[in-house]
Amino acid sequence: MTHKPKLKLATTSLAGCFGCHMSFLDMDERLIELLEHIEFDRSPFTDIKQLDHCDIGLIEGGVCNAENVHVLRTYRANCRILVAVGACAINGGVPALRNHFSLKECLEEAYVKTPDMINPHIPDDPELPLLLNKVYPVHEVVKIDYFLPGCPPSADTFYRFLSELIEGKEPQIGKVELRYD
Amino acid sequence: MVTEPESKFIRIDDREIPFVHGQTIMDAALAAGVYIPHLCHFPGITPQGNCKLCTVEVDGKPLTACTSPAAAGQRIRNNTPELNEARKALTQMLFIEGNHICPSCEKTGNCPLQAMAYHLGMLHGHFPAQFPVREVDASHPTIMLDRDRCILCSLCVRASREVDGKNVFAIAGRGTHASLIVNTASGKLVDSDIEPSDLAARICPVGAILIKEHGYDAPIGKRIFDQHKINEIGLEKIYIAGAKSDDS
Repeated sequence: MTHKPKLKLATTSLAGCFGCHMSFLDMDERLIELLEHIEFDRSPFTDIKQLDHCDIGLIEGGVCNAENVHVLRTYRANCRILVAVGACAINGGVPALRNHFSLKECLEEAYVKTPDMINPHIPDDPELPLLLNKVYPVHEVVKIDYFLPGCPPSADTFYRFLSELIEGKEPQIGKVELRYD
Repeated sequence: MVTEPESKFIRIDDREIPFVHGQTIMDAALAAGVYIPHLCHFPGITPQGNCKLCTVEVDGKPLTACTSPAAAGQRIRNNTPELNEARKALTQMLFIEGNHICPSCEKTGNCPLQAMAYHLGMLHGHFPAQFPVREVDASHPTIMLDRDRCILCSLCVRASREVDGKNVFAIAGRGTHASLIVNTASGKLVDSDIEPSDLAARICPVGAILIKEHGYDAPIGKRIFDQHKINEIGLEKIYIAGAKSDDS
């Protein structure tokens, strides 16, 4: 019996909380079974920093700064199937609550108006990625192939989705259970 | 000679549905246990046809079921892939036109808009998110008005006038400038005569009008749509009562 080559999977968290990644790990022992069919490329799980050509890219979090845009475009360019994972990737989520305010208001509230600050000023180190005016859903920046809603998507949702991809089937997201919270 | 009145029927998808004079297509369907998706319709309140989710094809013509009178012999298409796709697109527009951040909204799990999106299999907003900036009115001691989530269904407007005998709310402006206003000189809810027991305070199908200090009476996992699907008929009483925790 010939073994199919393993699918290469990359993941990243943009403007997210890593909750989706934690939920991914909640697959627990099923991860061992998945690793028979999948190998990780760039991901916080592997700490690999360079993205190779991949079959599947999982994007957690929305797009809030210039680095997020760069990372997201790199994933799109290198992943055959790109997936928006979780509420923040899909509609901005909780970080998008800042869209109510101007960027200036947000930065001043955090770094200038906060009481008892020593040397209050807006951070301007050139290494810091520039913030975008708003937090955006990922599908407004690149084409997305699949959406996994949830805050976070459950481990079962991840497992079902990846199993269907491994089997070469069209994923049936939302046919079993949908949750946005 | 007295003749028996002719039995009157409409046909919705493959079912013959009886109706009586004066009933709308929605009335007849609900009475027969046939679900037509809707958010701005509520039994006993004058229909307005705002949300368009109840759009059905009546003899090939799209009409809102909640405002269209039933007439003998109508052939109506309701639960079809095409109509449900159109309803999903309408629901996506309701989401992207407001700020619907389900994980941080206390209505989550009790929210007919969210349950509708589940029912229609909505996975994302599709259209560019508008992120509108709208005014929150927290002036009232027991009732919160968060316009970010308002879908302009006008159920609160109609419930206040028709059931509560008050006139607390109105829709002002047109098109994309339409907004929910409070009929007081200050425009603030605190100066109105609304009370938490009013239907207007409880009928909101989104998280725009909330009773303060009760948002988490029922924990997530034990909320209305953890136990029910939106296509069950007659959930309105549960909506109004609100999800209750086991010990309340």
